Amino acid sequence: MTLVLNEEEIMLRDSAAGFLTETANVEAFRKHRDNPPTAGFDKALWGSIAEMGWCGIAIDEAHGGLGYGFTGLGLIIEQMGKNLTVSPFNSTVLMASTAIAQFGTEAQKQEWLPKIAAGDVVMSLAIQEGSHFDLDSLSTSVSMQGDGFALKVEKRQVLDAISADAFVVVAKDASGYQAFIVTADQVSVRNQSMVDALSSGTVVIDTRLTAEAQMDADSLNNGGLERALDMMNIGLAAELLGVSTEAFELTVGYLRERKQFGKVIGSFQGLQHRAADLFAELELCKAIVLKGLRAVDAGEDLSGLASAVKAKLAQISQRATNEGIQMHGGIGMTDEYNIGFFIKRARVLEHTLGDFHYHLDRYAVQGGF
Amino acid sequence: MSDLNTFRTEARAWLEANCPESMRVPIRSFEDIYNGGRNPEMSHPDQKVWCDRMAERGWTVPEWPKAYGGGGLNKEEAKVLREEMARIGARPALDSFGISMLGPALLKFGNEEQKLEHLPPIVRGEIRWCQGYSEPNAGSDLASLATRAEDKGDHYIVNGQKIWTSYANKADWIFCLVRTDNTGSKHEGISFVLFDMATPGVTTRPIKLISGSSPFCETFFDDVPVLKKNLVGEEGKGWTIAKYLLTHEREMISSFGAAGGKKTLGQRAAENMGTDASGRLRAGTLRSVIAQYQLDTLAFAATMEKVTAEAKAGQGLGPASSIFKYYGTELNKRRNELLLSVEGESALGWSGEEYNEGEIARAWLRSKGNSIEGGTSEVQLNIVAKRVLGLPDA
Repeated sequence: MTLVLNEEEIMLRDSAAGFLTETANVEAFRKHRDNPPTAGFDKALWGSIAEMGWCGIAIDEAHGGLGYGFTGLGLIIEQMGKNLTVSPFNSTVLMASTAIAQFGTEAQKQEWLPKIAAGDVVMSLAIQEGSHFDLDSLSTSVSMQGDGFALKVEKRQVLDAISADAFVVVAKDASGYQAFIVTADQVSVRNQSMVDALSSGTVVIDTRLTAEAQMDADSLNNGGLERALDMMNIGLAAELLGVSTEAFELTVGYLRERKQFGKVIGSFQGLQHRAADLFAELELCKAIVLKGLRAVDAGEDLSGLASAVKAKLAQISQRATNEGIQMHGGIGMTDEYNIGFFIKRARVLEHTLGDFHYHLDRYAVQGGF
Repeated sequence: MSDLNTFRTEARAWLEANCPESMRVPIRSFEDIYNGGRNPEMSHPDQKVWCDRMAERGWTVPEWPKAYGGGGLNKEEAKVLREEMARIGARPALDSFGISMLGPALLKFGNEEQKLEHLPPIVRGEIRWCQGYSEPNAGSDLASLATRAEDKGDHYIVNGQKIWTSYANKADWIFCLVRTDNTGSKHEGISFVLFDMATPGVTTRPIKLISGSSPFCETFFDDVPVLKKNLVGEEGKGWTIAKYLLTHEREMISSFGAAGGKKTLGQRAAENMGTDASGRLRAGTLRSVIAQYQLDTLAFAATMEKVTAEAKAGQGLGPASSIFKYYGTELNKRRNELLLSVEGESALGWSGEEYNEGEIARAWLRSKGNSIEGGTSEVQLNIVAKRVLGLPDA
């Protein structure tokens, strides 16, 4: 797998860019922020996204998808990042469907993946319990009860919790990780929105589950959970890439126009060098995100690489958005101007499933130190 | 495809029969790299034997045209040759500025007579070249160079001084930027000339660096006669050639950043400094810095891989290539700085067997020059800012 996009992939990227810039762009985001729809998302947009096949792009054909692969999914997500597109795409397509594909039972795949591919359901991943994402700190919250399970836990930072029809819930018992598919009627949700104006609620679970709700514990505990999370983090990094490059382009555009001291500020070497250095870092980001996406499709080992990708994009998205605000000066601090949206989205994406420090640490551990 | 397989079979057989056993040993030091020239320096006599045999087939420069002594191979064949050489661990037969820098420039800008005169001796390793670019007052601002060439009819008289002339004391000929006209803008009036270092009036003096000895020299020209047939391209239009050649040099220098031992810095640190019960390096703050370095190394390698793939797919590189020189050398400096932390005080040993004659300290000091030579990091950032990002001049 080479690190260059083929013609088909370029067409996919360009058509995603065209559609999103037209219909789900930053102005649409602003409208959503100012006036969020009661459904939690724009159903018409979601319908169009599903119609284009994007929801099933990485789902195999046997389960109603296109079987096109993860690189294609990443290219679309990157464009969503550039446009700050609001939809339950990450929760449903990137997270829930990846989890089900990696550690769902065959019956669960048959039931849920075609629905996801068709855009008929919204699903989400419920995993985090504390203030930070940390796989090692999940509390023991599952117990056997007859031929089913008792599950009692509160899950935080669940994307699109209020909109979801069902959740993939990852918990822990004495034998290791356990996961279940739990429908919305079995939980209660405390809805809240994050700094980026997107919905991310707390899901309170205190319920009994039948054996059919249980996901495949073997694959879950034998690398399946980690691989699923690695894939999700690479997908989130693709969105961070889109957010960062757009923030950078907005900023460079501003440097070319804004005048101070009688000169265009982009002519000052102090700013030029910072911008050029950031350009170099973003080139590295493009390469490493593509490497991560290709590695998923090639079935390669993702441990280490996925954390490297997420850590790098966390680091550079911070730089790109911080510099974006600074170089815009006062106007960058105003709500009226768009650059602020990008710094907000970047941080939420970074902290979802582990931030810079979490992944840098994990990358080092995987590297033997 | 079958042609390529035939070529592979033939190349394999020829290499087996002709590559001396002693040239199938990894390169251990600079002395093991063969640079050719009138008075070649060798750590083993087989270096010349191996070079001569490869040159016979044009395989020291496999992709140059046969008409100029090259191998006339296409990209696929050259790749096969590289693979077959790697298979038996064969060393490159010849490495020189003639191959990496002057040759490509002559192929693009030289006239037929110049190509025929200079390219075959480069292929055969007979003439060793050096580059006369930098001057004491024209380093990063290269176009400010003052070495002048006065028109004397059929020849020029060259006067001036060059600095940082790598291996000038060992080179046979020099490719040199001189000023033939002072009247226009500083990028005009520069000419690209070739001359023999044995010409009367040429003297060189080695420069000692903070890392100890060095390949660099000061080079002085005192009424040096240069025949006009040795002017490459048009008089006064040498800047175009100079820039073309610099991109080759930058690619060469940026590849330094990729060098490194088999063990990662993190693993070396773990061995030297110990880990805690969970396998994490005890030196917590250093651990994070090393991890960030390794992360950037991985991302840089991915970028090189991506650009190589794009080039193969016919997508041009453009001025963005400046980021490789910039990032690669900065990365190399970080690596050398971290090596001191990882190896501790022994890394600062300067002489004696225990310190491997100061290998780490010398490499650390030498790395500081990477972001100065071949266009400083600041110059690379200027290029990106202006040519890639389109930011205006002050």
